Amino acid sequence: MRVSMDIELKDTPGQLLLALDPISELKGNLKSIVHHHEERTPRSAIPVQLVFEIEPANLEVLIGRLKENGIGVARVDEKRFTAHGAVLLIGHIVHTDIQDTIDTIDNTGFAEVVNISLSMPQIDMRSSASLKIDAVGKNELHEAISVLRQVAIKKDLLVIEPIEAEIS
Amino acid sequence: MRKVRASIIGFGSVGQGVAEVLLRKDEELKSLGIDLDVVAIADSKGAEVNVAGIDLKAALGRKREFGTVAIDDLTGEDVIKSVDHDIVIETTPTDIETGGIGLVNMVAAFEFGRHVVTSNKGPLALKYRELVEAAKEADRKLLFEATVGGAMPIINLVRDTLAGNEIISVEGILNGTCNYILTRMMEEHASYEQMLAESQELGIAETDPTYDVEGIDTACKLVILANSIFDQDATYQDVDVTGITKVTLESLSLAHDEGYVIKLIGEVKKDRLRVSPRLVPVSHPLAVGGTLNVASVCTDLAGTITVTGRGAGSIETASAILSDIISIYKD
Repeated sequence: MRVSMDIELKDTPGQLLLALDPISELKGNLKSIVHHHEERTPRSAIPVQLVFEIEPANLEVLIGRLKENGIGVARVDEKRFTAHGAVLLIGHIVHTDIQDTIDTIDNTGFAEVVNISLSMPQIDMRSSASLKIDAVGKNELHEAISVLRQVAIKKDLLVIEPIEAEIS
Repeated sequence: MRKVRASIIGFGSVGQGVAEVLLRKDEELKSLGIDLDVVAIADSKGAEVNVAGIDLKAALGRKREFGTVAIDDLTGEDVIKSVDHDIVIETTPTDIETGGIGLVNMVAAFEFGRHVVTSNKGPLALKYRELVEAAKEADRKLLFEATVGGAMPIINLVRDTLAGNEIISVEGILNGTCNYILTRMMEEHASYEQMLAESQELGIAETDPTYDVEGIDTACKLVILANSIFDQDATYQDVDVTGITKVTLESLSLAHDEGYVIKLIGEVKKDRLRVSPRLVPVSHPLAVGGTLNVASVCTDLAGTITVTGRGAGSIETASAILSDIISIYKD
């Protein structure tokens, strides 16, 4: 997921490295860094804004390591959902407990169904639905679709997924 | 000028297309130094053999008039074993259960030291490894561009033009019948059943459409791609297959609202062989309509290369066969 973070550095040499090393150690991918060297926070530290991609599970670890290194963490803003995908379902979608189907995605913690359009031509005929799924990253979107695929097998639903190029 | 003696085994739509193309391209072949004579043609009723070279025009006329070229009571296998020639053009129908006579013919061809160029998917989808070994043993070529995507170059594209690249995946539409049905459902706002009936009327779908609409044909092509491009030893059983019979008109409309079309996509990767209806963005190169075939080859150096073309038709398939024949003799 993408995280934007405001940190505070002491005005002594090597501080920036102490802030950036933990990100690379935890396989984070730095997207931007803005270093306001001429500014001072009320605590007379130098404010730095970072934007990086990191595995959600590693974010807490990272904050811990920054604090161990004496770096102040003033603000953390998770841009939670960076991956968006659409999936179609065909079958007896409502009668096989649509709420339960949606819950299997929502309960992952890394993906959510954010929109659903349903088309039910006639009673007893198969209905069709399009689901929009948001996820914290591409891998998580893949994982969410694969979770949905498993549920669909049990409920005899056909899942129509995007082509690979769309979600990688 | 190199003298080449060929047999055409199987004289249905593709076999006749090959004969027509050989007639039309005689000059071009000669300009490449290939003087090709067809010395035998076999169909299901018998064969014509003429070591001096068959008059292809007359053979095509006779086939049209009488439904067979048969003069001698010989099978294709008899021809391969008894008539002295260099290359077998194997165009018998695909049998995906056992490989059928196509398999017998190919094995016999290598046994008797003849090259094989084929459009027949069955033997390659079932016995790829054995056939490649037999060809190697006999020091002969086995070429099969016509088995996947008809006129659309894919196997030779990867083998020759993209040589040196690592192939990461191939994904595409490899069955024109399914593409036609899905395209028409959306155009006419009609059900799957209605558009299947239309394509059967037009001769685009077979009377028994199972092989196409259940994704079996696409799966066989994936197996051939997996084996030839990824050097796997895959069979039909390794493919995860879902056809198009459950695709509803409503799902096509919902997809359209989101900016997608639904296509039957075959996907080959090192660890996955899958045929399934998929969402393709309307502006994506894979979103081709009608009976067209298309394939995107994802490579490490060249990036993604997409080719599209006619996946079926006798002359189109014969075009792929002709290019294979030329590639054997041009060097």
